[in-house]
Amino acid sequence: MSSAATAMPHVHRDPKGAKIGMWLFLFTELLLFGGLFLLYAVYRYRYPADFHYAATHLDTFLGTVNTLILLTSSLTMALSIATFQQRKRKLSAWFLVITIVFGFIFLINKYIEWSTKIHHHIYPNSPELVQHTPGENIFYSLYYAMTGLHGLHVIIGIILLTVMCVLVARKPRRHVRVPRGEGAALALLDNSGSPILEESLGSGVTEVGFTLFDETDEETRESMLIKLENAGLYWHLIDIIWIFLFPLFYLIT
Amino acid sequence: MAESATLAAQPANYLNWKKGIASWIFSTDHKRIGMLYLMAIVSFFFVGVTLGFFMRIEQMTMGKTLMSAQTYNALFTLHGVIMIFLFIIPGIPAILGNFFLPILIGARDVAFPRLNLLSWWVYMAGAVLAVTALFTGGGPPDTGWTFYAPYSIRTGTNVTLAVFAAFVLGFSSILTGLNFITTIHRLRAPGMTWFRMPLFVWAHYATAWIQLLATPILGITLLLVIMERIFNLGLFDPSRGGDPVLYQHLFWIYSHPAVYIMILPAMGVITEILPTAAKKPAFGYKAIAFSSLTIAFVGYLVWAHHMFVSGISDTAAWIFSLLTFLVAIPSAIKVFNWTATLYKGSITFSPPLLYALTFIFLFSIGGLTGLVQGALLTDVHVHDTYFVVGHFHYVMFGGTAFGLLAGLLYWFPKMTGRMYSFKRSYVAWFFLFLGFNTLYFTMLVLGWEGMPRRYYDHVPEFHSGHVIATVGSWILILGLVLYAWNLFRSLKRGEPAPANPWGGVTLEWTIPSPPPHENFEEIPTITGGPYEFPTGEPA
Amino acid sequence: MKTGGGMEKQETLSYGTYIMVWLALLVFTGLTVTAAGLHLGSVSIATAIAIAALKSTIVLFFFMHLKYDDPVFKVMLMVAILTLTVIMVLTFVDVLFLPGGPAQ
Repeated sequence: MSSAATAMPHVHRDPKGAKIGMWLFLFTELLLFGGLFLLYAVYRYRYPADFHYAATHLDTFLGTVNTLILLTSSLTMALSIATFQQRKRKLSAWFLVITIVFGFIFLINKYIEWSTKIHHHIYPNSPELVQHTPGENIFYSLYYAMTGLHGLHVIIGIILLTVMCVLVARKPRRHVRVPRGEGAALALLDNSGSPILEESLGSGVTEVGFTLFDETDEETRESMLIKLENAGLYWHLIDIIWIFLFPLFYLIT
Repeated sequence: MAESATLAAQPANYLNWKKGIASWIFSTDHKRIGMLYLMAIVSFFFVGVTLGFFMRIEQMTMGKTLMSAQTYNALFTLHGVIMIFLFIIPGIPAILGNFFLPILIGARDVAFPRLNLLSWWVYMAGAVLAVTALFTGGGPPDTGWTFYAPYSIRTGTNVTLAVFAAFVLGFSSILTGLNFITTIHRLRAPGMTWFRMPLFVWAHYATAWIQLLATPILGITLLLVIMERIFNLGLFDPSRGGDPVLYQHLFWIYSHPAVYIMILPAMGVITEILPTAAKKPAFGYKAIAFSSLTIAFVGYLVWAHHMFVSGISDTAAWIFSLLTFLVAIPSAIKVFNWTATLYKGSITFSPPLLYALTFIFLFSIGGLTGLVQGALLTDVHVHDTYFVVGHFHYVMFGGTAFGLLAGLLYWFPKMTGRMYSFKRSYVAWFFLFLGFNTLYFTMLVLGWEGMPRRYYDHVPEFHSGHVIATVGSWILILGLVLYAWNLFRSLKRGEPAPANPWGGVTLEWTIPSPPPHENFEEIPTITGGPYEFPTGEPA
Repeated sequence: MKTGGGMEKQETLSYGTYIMVWLALLVFTGLTVTAAGLHLGSVSIATAIAIAALKSTIVLFFFMHLKYDDPVFKVMLMVAILTLTVIMVLTFVDVLFLPGGPAQ
């Protein structure tokens, strides 16, 4: 008959492994955008004047503001992790909220930029744009493709951070499930071994599950920390991609 | 032993410990996931074979035999898409890698078992999408599996859905690669240093890095095709300032490394079979390990050899040609090391050994014909002819697929607890070998003589070659059916297999056949290299 | 129950460090915007990329903790960056040597 130890579910925790997995995923994002940056580089080399001209029509102020927003959101993300490490759970959740808000502001700015352009009939294959030079057409196609893909990743990041915010804000808890045989009883004991609560489980109970709420539970905290750090890594990557997008589209004047 | 003993009457193992479909398709057990992949991949392989069968029927006569030219174009496109994205690329890593990688390093599972299950589901989703693309929209795509712009942007056939299916399938590949890298870094048993890992593991480590880093480039390329079709971005359209050659660059930046995703795991299989067959350690362990990594890296440097006649610069042409010659070197190192492994070994003949030796033979032919294409002047002559088709079938089918066939013969007893008929596998081999060479060697000749690829029809001077090739395809298919039938019937009627039918010394042979759910009762501690055979009496 | 191989004792950065990093990023952003207005000609793109690379390195090292993590992370990142670099360089081997040169 299996002993109590093997009856417990085998829990395999490897924070370093989880971190490796996240970094590996980030590399796929790097290569994904890398293909677009490659196209940008080739076309920039081929149409330097057209790219230069088209870039002057992008709103550098708005682009700079967006850069500052994302940089600051990276700060608040890092602070969310740091405060969580210092066991300031509620503060950590608030920093996540601020980060998410920054993400939203970034997206709103993007929306303003895009809708302004589209309002002026500057979008891929618009009747207006096809009358411009080929280089300008390519510039705007790349602009929409790259900032669009980036914006999609910001949306995903916001969703991810929202989930993390909920998880961080909730009371830390651990779920335990233990299979048990007929006629088992459940007792909660204090430190001296005296029962605080005793409950005889009815017949036919094959598994006992309970949730333990514990602010000081190290294992739950560690598990939450690695999730938070990995979410942070994703967010910082979004920042880094924008760090490159910004000068390439807005500053080549 | 009772031959009628069902799998269920055996001691608890990964096959019988939980029953029902839900326990399989929601299982996070790497062995079950490997089997799920096996069933799916084999099914799609036979769909691909059927498409190939009909292509050859069409080429049996000049002019129309069965179908219109449009249908033929769709057939070779789908044959390529299914064989490449649904069979070969997942192939060995998804089936044998999933099943054996954790066991070979002394682990209970991969690093991310739930991601592993997800990767199978993503594979199935992509497969469903690919099949759907056959029947919706403007009909199945007719662009060839390479989806070259501008035709792929302009054609009315269902390119968008097919390309999206390939995009989804790419995620499956990425997740597998991510999982394997992390598993190898983190879950090796105590005492298993990097240089004590079996070489199958090294092969999958190198492959995983290619899966991880190259596939996203395919992802963005396919995404751009979809964006071009829907939003008219014009990035590959010359009339809008775009450059179709850039599409080719992006496409082959993935698709050349992809062929190393295909071949490296097969090489890993061979490197496991040969030491066991020869009762000798693999010759040149570090050379084989490093050659895997070298192939993975240099494989990124040669892609434009697919584009010699597309209009790339002369400078690029000779540089890529030079780099292509370089990548042959680590492959050759492996062939020499395999030979040296057998030399003065105590060789036991077996079906896995036969198929492994066949791999070496067929892959070498494929590799040598690759050099013909790597050289600029001869490539101009053979580009887009049947020579290329013969070449890649020698390396992908004679190479990777035979590697899979060999690996399945080697590990079938372990995976199922049953042994198959040796004689039937030798008979199957005969038809496979005869049919394969009849079909594909003829293609090398046809191509050299000038028969273009992806052509619906042919001129009289190529006619007899096409007839011979088609007959070869029938013999080959017979061989495949015999091979599959042998294994399939052995599932229920094969002799129960012992834990170590071949006398191997890697970790999978120390656990029962089939393995228990948790692989090892106790995680082993490793004290030596992976191929240390006891001297004297074989195990 | 925990298996072995938990997180090595991490160096936790102080809040002040993070603020300093952020300020550095702001400064470099200002720098790159200013440089763009300076009409440096052909050097301008190199400058912009260099500053972007510097900012990214700061984000990687401090916000993403790469400086303080196990070296394996740096090595893996180098592999990814090297792969992308090699791909870009080889593509330009074609693009740069085509007859005709850039469009304008």
